[in-house]
Amino acid sequence: MRSKTHVHTKINGEERDFLCEPRQSLLEVLRDTLNMTGTKEGCNDGNCGSCTVTLDGRIVTSCLVLGVEAEGREITTIEGIARGNDLHPIQKAFLENAALQCGICTPGFIVATKALLDKEPDPSEERIRFFLANNLCRCTGYDKIIQAVQQAAKEMQA
Amino acid sequence: MKWFDYQAPTTLANTLALFDSHPGAYLLAGGTDLLVQLRAGRKQTDLVLDIKHVAELNEISFDVADGLTLGAAVSCAQTYENAAVKTHHPSLAEVASIIGGIQIQGRASIGGNLCNAAPSADAIPLLIALSAKCRVASSKGERQIAVEDFCIAPGKNAMLPGEILVSLHLPAPKKGSGASYLRFTPRNEMDIAVAGVGASIVLEGGVFKHARIALASVAPRPLFVPVAGDSLIGKPVNVESIEAAAELAKGAATPITDMRGTVEYRRHLCAVLTKRALEAAVKQAQEAK
Repeated sequence: MRSKTHVHTKINGEERDFLCEPRQSLLEVLRDTLNMTGTKEGCNDGNCGSCTVTLDGRIVTSCLVLGVEAEGREITTIEGIARGNDLHPIQKAFLENAALQCGICTPGFIVATKALLDKEPDPSEERIRFFLANNLCRCTGYDKIIQAVQQAAKEMQA
Repeated sequence: MKWFDYQAPTTLANTLALFDSHPGAYLLAGGTDLLVQLRAGRKQTDLVLDIKHVAELNEISFDVADGLTLGAAVSCAQTYENAAVKTHHPSLAEVASIIGGIQIQGRASIGGNLCNAAPSADAIPLLIALSAKCRVASSKGERQIAVEDFCIAPGKNAMLPGEILVSLHLPAPKKGSGASYLRFTPRNEMDIAVAGVGASIVLEGGVFKHARIALASVAPRPLFVPVAGDSLIGKPVNVESIEAAAELAKGAATPITDMRGTVEYRRHLCAVLTKRALEAAVKQAQEAK
């Protein structure tokens, strides 16, 4: 009765199959089953945004998604952001603007930023702050993150 | 989280049959309340029923006769991105965009916000103001519950064992109508209302023809205040009529003192927010002409 469920999904463009218990979150599956440890666990209750991934194009906190819910769906994690060996312009902008210190929140911020800029290439500062309100950072004070997003937006439009 | 089984039925009939035979099951829509509660041990179950694959629970449609049908599992993001919602119920689009952050909005549903029955739920006072009705179904049949009767205590709703919320139904807005939900939170986003007010009005010839007001976070359940809305009917649109209604809303509030605010503070907020919500609704009604 307590058998694992087979889940078929697409992660960062690749077909992936995994077995998971219904009670396991997508975050646990990514980190513990698939060894994709780029996605971070922070609060584990949806407040901090460190575990942000996209699910069928929408950003979600993967701690509040069951692994079994990923059946037939497409996921993008931080591991799918870089273009081969080249960092994505958002990743470069975070580095160049020192938009991180301890780095735990960074994968979530970058996945969320990409979701924003893919849809809205030229957001206002207010819009950026509103969109990223579900991502908490206790190191930077946010200003450097906002600057990085603004720089990335410029470079992605160029 | 403790072990549970998971099933994702694809028809309403199957969902109701499963729920009937597993009275302890919990329904999963966006999971932004349920998974937190299961993980914290505040809820326990042997079975989680994922209801997101049932067509009726994903419906989002509008027509002039029937108004808006909003499936119980439709996410906040799907709600505020929907063209008909934006056109006919901009206040609902607005409230869907202030519940949680973007990550939560992609999962959390308005129906779930209602079923979770938190006194502080942002969507519920607005749904009450907009005269929403709940379509509730079980394997034995269906019934309708007015939204103002749906929440009965903190975290408790009026559904009986085996019943599920299928959809919400909002009448099409009449000519000269406007609605607004306003809340006070220390942080602009991702915060829980210290107090919130939903207001809906219909104007005719500069006079209030219809008005409904409901409050969040100031009673054990979202609080419908008919006396405040009724006080406006037949009155001209002016500061006196609006302030009188705001005082009545304040008088109906029975808040508690907690970490988010004191009784006095919350009662004061009820008056301020009711006035502003009515003013916003009036502005919307006048601009729509």
